Amino acid sequence: MKNHPIIAARSGYLLCHTCHLLSRVETNSPHPCCPRCNSRLHSRKTDSLARTWALTLTAYILYIPANLLPIMTVIMSGRGEPDTIFSGVKSLVLGGMWPLALLIFFASITVPVLKLLALTYLLLSVQFKSHWRPRERTILYRITECVGRWSMIDIFVIAILVALVKLGALATIEAGAGAVAFGGVVVITMFAAMNFDPRLIWDAMENDHD
Amino acid sequence: MTHFTNKPKDSEISLTACHDCDLLFPMPHLQKGEKALCPRCGALVLERKSCSLDYPLALALTSLVLFIIANVNTLMKMNVGGRSESETIISGVNELYAQGYWEIAALVFIVSILAPLLKILCVFYVLMPLKFNIRLRYAKQAFRFYEILHPWAMTEVYMLGILVAIVKLADLATINTGIALYAFAALIPFMAATDSTLDDHEIWERLEPSD
Repeated sequence: MKNHPIIAARSGYLLCHTCHLLSRVETNSPHPCCPRCNSRLHSRKTDSLARTWALTLTAYILYIPANLLPIMTVIMSGRGEPDTIFSGVKSLVLGGMWPLALLIFFASITVPVLKLLALTYLLLSVQFKSHWRPRERTILYRITECVGRWSMIDIFVIAILVALVKLGALATIEAGAGAVAFGGVVVITMFAAMNFDPRLIWDAMENDHD
Repeated sequence: MTHFTNKPKDSEISLTACHDCDLLFPMPHLQKGEKALCPRCGALVLERKSCSLDYPLALALTSLVLFIIANVNTLMKMNVGGRSESETIISGVNELYAQGYWEIAALVFIVSILAPLLKILCVFYVLMPLKFNIRLRYAKQAFRFYEILHPWAMTEVYMLGILVAIVKLADLATINTGIALYAFAALIPFMAATDSTLDDHEIWERLEPSD
């Protein structure tokens, strides 16, 4: 027979997510607070699934204009040349700048797509109470949480180029609406990952023991 | 060791829980420099840093000096046909705002300037009083804020953005790098070292007695 692991929430303990103090829930107060740092204590993040779903779906919707609209326009001698994320990578490849093209492709296309897919997979697996490889899914969550920030490279490149290339009639660079949408995707997926509670992955394993 | 047969009492044993899978297990007694992983999911549950609080304080001071140098000087200059345009970190934010994209301007300002600065200042606000044994109000709030800010300070991502911009422009114009670029590059390891020498467990324990 398998030993049942003891879970804090079931044993009347709450872990503070800010200062990592474990405290016993004594009172019946609806909003217990951490005795050390005064943060709100929850056994699981509030409305984790609903919030993560809402943010992930928003990010999917924003991802469409982020890729279709130009992220910046290079205006050379009066003629504007709008660049989307994909056409930016393509012109780097055509220009022979392979390492740079790979870097931008990874940061601006691979990372956001994989992040959205990983969040969707984690949400679905929790929703359907999957028992499959909880440890690996927790690791997937940790990777998802920390890799998203690197997608900001493209936004920073735009911020630097618009300030640097201001040569009047010769050449100027203007930001585009696609950059706003793309920045939105990055920020919203970061919030989505913060709202997901990896303990839900393990809760599905628990209910089976009953 | 990981499984209990009966519910343990507070007085007998000190417990902790994993923040990723909620497994309850006895708090391991760690020596300095040791870390404890969750036996079920492998999360880093507790880490005792081997150095004193003087290290993160000194590193934060260095970071602050580098941060100021990086923000008041020019990052780089571009020369094309006798015209030159210089760039500071804030000028990118200004230009985005001037073009009407206040959303990206605000985002770039927060993640490349505001969040790193506040993070450094929070370290000071929390560690200085601990070092000199003074009690400051809101020290716990400041340290909470420091942990919230963590994912939003994107100094190293911005640095990579600078390098990409330089390579993109290198064919079209001459780029002269400024002192701020070197200060900014040096800021990244110093900020990372501040984070990794900071023992949050010890700080929370020492902040506990106040208010």
